[in-house]
Amino acid sequence: MRIAVLSGKGGTGKTLVSVNLAVVAKKSIYIDCDVEEPNGHLFFKPMVTEEKEISMQIPKVDEAICNGCRKCVDFCKFNALAYIKGKIIVFDDVCHSCGGCMILCPQKAISGRNKSIGKIRAGSSDGVVVYTGILNTGEASGVPIIKELLSGIESEHNKTIFIDCPPGSACIVMESIKDADYCILVAEPTLFGVHNLNMVYELVKLFNKPFGAVLNKCLEGENPAEKFCIEKDIRILGKIPFDRQLGTLNSNAKIAVKENKKYEEQFSTLLDAIIKEAPYETATNT
Amino acid sequence: MKQLLILSGKGGTGKTTIASAFIKLSDTKAYADCDVDAPNLHLITQQVSEPKKTDYYGLSKAEIDTVLCIACGKCMENCRFDAISTEVIYQVDYFACEGCGVCEAVCPVKAISLKPAVAGELMLYVNGKKVFSTAQLRMGNGNSGLLVSEVKKQMKNASGKVDIALIDGSPGIGCPVIASISGVDMVLIIAEPSVSGISDMERIIKTATKFGTKIAVCINKYDTNLENTDKIEEYCIEQGLPFAGKIPFDQDAVKAVNNGYSIVDIDCPSGTATKEIYTKTIKILLNEMVG
Repeated sequence: MRIAVLSGKGGTGKTLVSVNLAVVAKKSIYIDCDVEEPNGHLFFKPMVTEEKEISMQIPKVDEAICNGCRKCVDFCKFNALAYIKGKIIVFDDVCHSCGGCMILCPQKAISGRNKSIGKIRAGSSDGVVVYTGILNTGEASGVPIIKELLSGIESEHNKTIFIDCPPGSACIVMESIKDADYCILVAEPTLFGVHNLNMVYELVKLFNKPFGAVLNKCLEGENPAEKFCIEKDIRILGKIPFDRQLGTLNSNAKIAVKENKKYEEQFSTLLDAIIKEAPYETATNT
Repeated sequence: MKQLLILSGKGGTGKTTIASAFIKLSDTKAYADCDVDAPNLHLITQQVSEPKKTDYYGLSKAEIDTVLCIACGKCMENCRFDAISTEVIYQVDYFACEGCGVCEAVCPVKAISLKPAVAGELMLYVNGKKVFSTAQLRMGNGNSGLLVSEVKKQMKNASGKVDIALIDGSPGIGCPVIASISGVDMVLIIAEPSVSGISDMERIIKTATKFGTKIAVCINKYDTNLENTDKIEEYCIEQGLPFAGKIPFDQDAVKAVNNGYSIVDIDCPSGTATKEIYTKTIKILLNEMVG
C-alpha cells in the first residue's frame, strides 16, 4: 500500500508524520519526494547502498550538418532554441526535454545529450528502506526525479510505502500522489494552515483519492483546521498536540518514536487509524 | 524601484508572517505574493476591495480529435511526459501534458491540436496608491515560474514611483523560486533553527548565489533551538552573508495572524524583533551597511 503524506502549506509536519509512521510500521519504505528540499534522510541517516544520477536529454546540434532551416527554433514551445549568427544556441535551463527538435530536424542534425538534474539515493535505516530524491540547485523541475523514484519501487508491494510529498498542490505534488492508494493531509491550526488545507483537499478530491487528515501542533481552544474538517466531513485520523519536547527532538532531526515511548504510542495509534481507514481494497482500485 | 524578496527554502518558517510585517512597517506602495501555488499574503494584509482578476493562460494542452484519430499510436510513442494513454480511445492526460506539441507534429492525420488552457488567475488589489499583485495557480498545473513572472510584471506595471517593493516568495528551490529571484535586488532568507531548516537554508542560499543575488539571513523562532541558531550564525559569518537578526518563538504571533493581523500590529516580542530586522534589512538593501 502506498500512502502519500501531503500539505498545502510548508512546515506543517509532513516529514515528522511520514518518518515516524514509517518507523512504527516496521517493514516499510520511506520515499522523499520533496526533491527540492529533502529532509527525511537527515532523520534516518541511512546507510546509502545505491546512488543513481538522474539526467534529462537535451538537444545537441551537429553544426556540420545543420543547414539553418530553423524548424527546431520555430517548433520549440519553450524557447529553448535560438538561431544566432548562423548557429543554433540551446538554452539548457528552459528545455523541457520533449525531444521535438530531434524528431523534426529534416537534416537529422540534432541528437540528445544527457544533462544531470539530480540524483536518487537508496539506503536503509533500522529496517526502513529509505529513498531520497535530490534536485540539483539551480534546476527548475524535479518531476523527472519523482517519476524515477516512484517507478523504481513497483515490485516491493508487500511493504507499506510512505511518500513524503513537496508542499503545495502544483505539478510536483500531483506527480507524487499519482499512484498513491491513500493520502494523509497534514494541517496546522492557523489561518494559513486552513487556507492551504483546503487546496490539498480539493486536489485529492480531484484525483479521487481516499484521504484523511492529521492535525498537528494542536493547542487548547478552538482549532480552525479541525473546524474545517468537521465542516467538510473530512475524517480526522489523529491529533498531535503542540509539544515543545517533540519540537526539540524534531528540530534536532531525531526520530521521536525512537526516543520516547509516549510518541511511539501516539504514532502507533495513528498508524492503526490509517490502516483501518485505508483498507487494502483501495490498493486494488487503481 | 528596489525589490526585496523573502524566501526560506523550507516551508513554514514564517515568510508570509514577516513579509506582512515588513509591508506594514515600510508602508510600501507595491508588494506581491509570488507563492502562486499557496498564496496567503492576501489573508493578512487587510484588503478593502475586490481584486481585478485576469485569467492566466499557461502553455497550451494537446487535444485529440477522436473522429480523425486512426489509432496509429505515434503520439503515445513519442510523448516523453506519458501524457497520452489508450484504453478505448487515445486520450491526453490534461495534467501530464506540457504542451510541447510533439504529438501534434507527429500525428499523420492532423488529429491533434494544441488548445489554450487557463492555468491560473492573476489578481491585482488597488487601494489608493497601493498595489498588491498576487495569483493562484490552478491545481496540478506546472510552469508556475511563468505565472510568478506575470505577478511581478503586474506589480511593476500597476505601481507608480516606489522606493522599495516587497515580494513574498514560495518554499523550495525550483521553478517558481528561480522565477521570483530573477531581477530582484536582494533576497532575505528566513531560516529556522532545525537540522532540516539548516539543510534547506543552505540549498536556497546556493540557488540564490547561482543567480548572483544579494542575500541576507534572519532566524525565526530562534529560541526553539539555540544550538542550531548558533550554527546558522556561524554559517553566515563563514559565508560572508549579512545577518539581519533573530525572532523569538511567540504564541502571540499565531494569534495575530489567525485574526488577520501582522505581528507588528500588536505589541509582542516577535513584532519588536521584526522591527529591528526590518531596519537592518533595509540598510543592507540600500548598501548603508556591510556585513
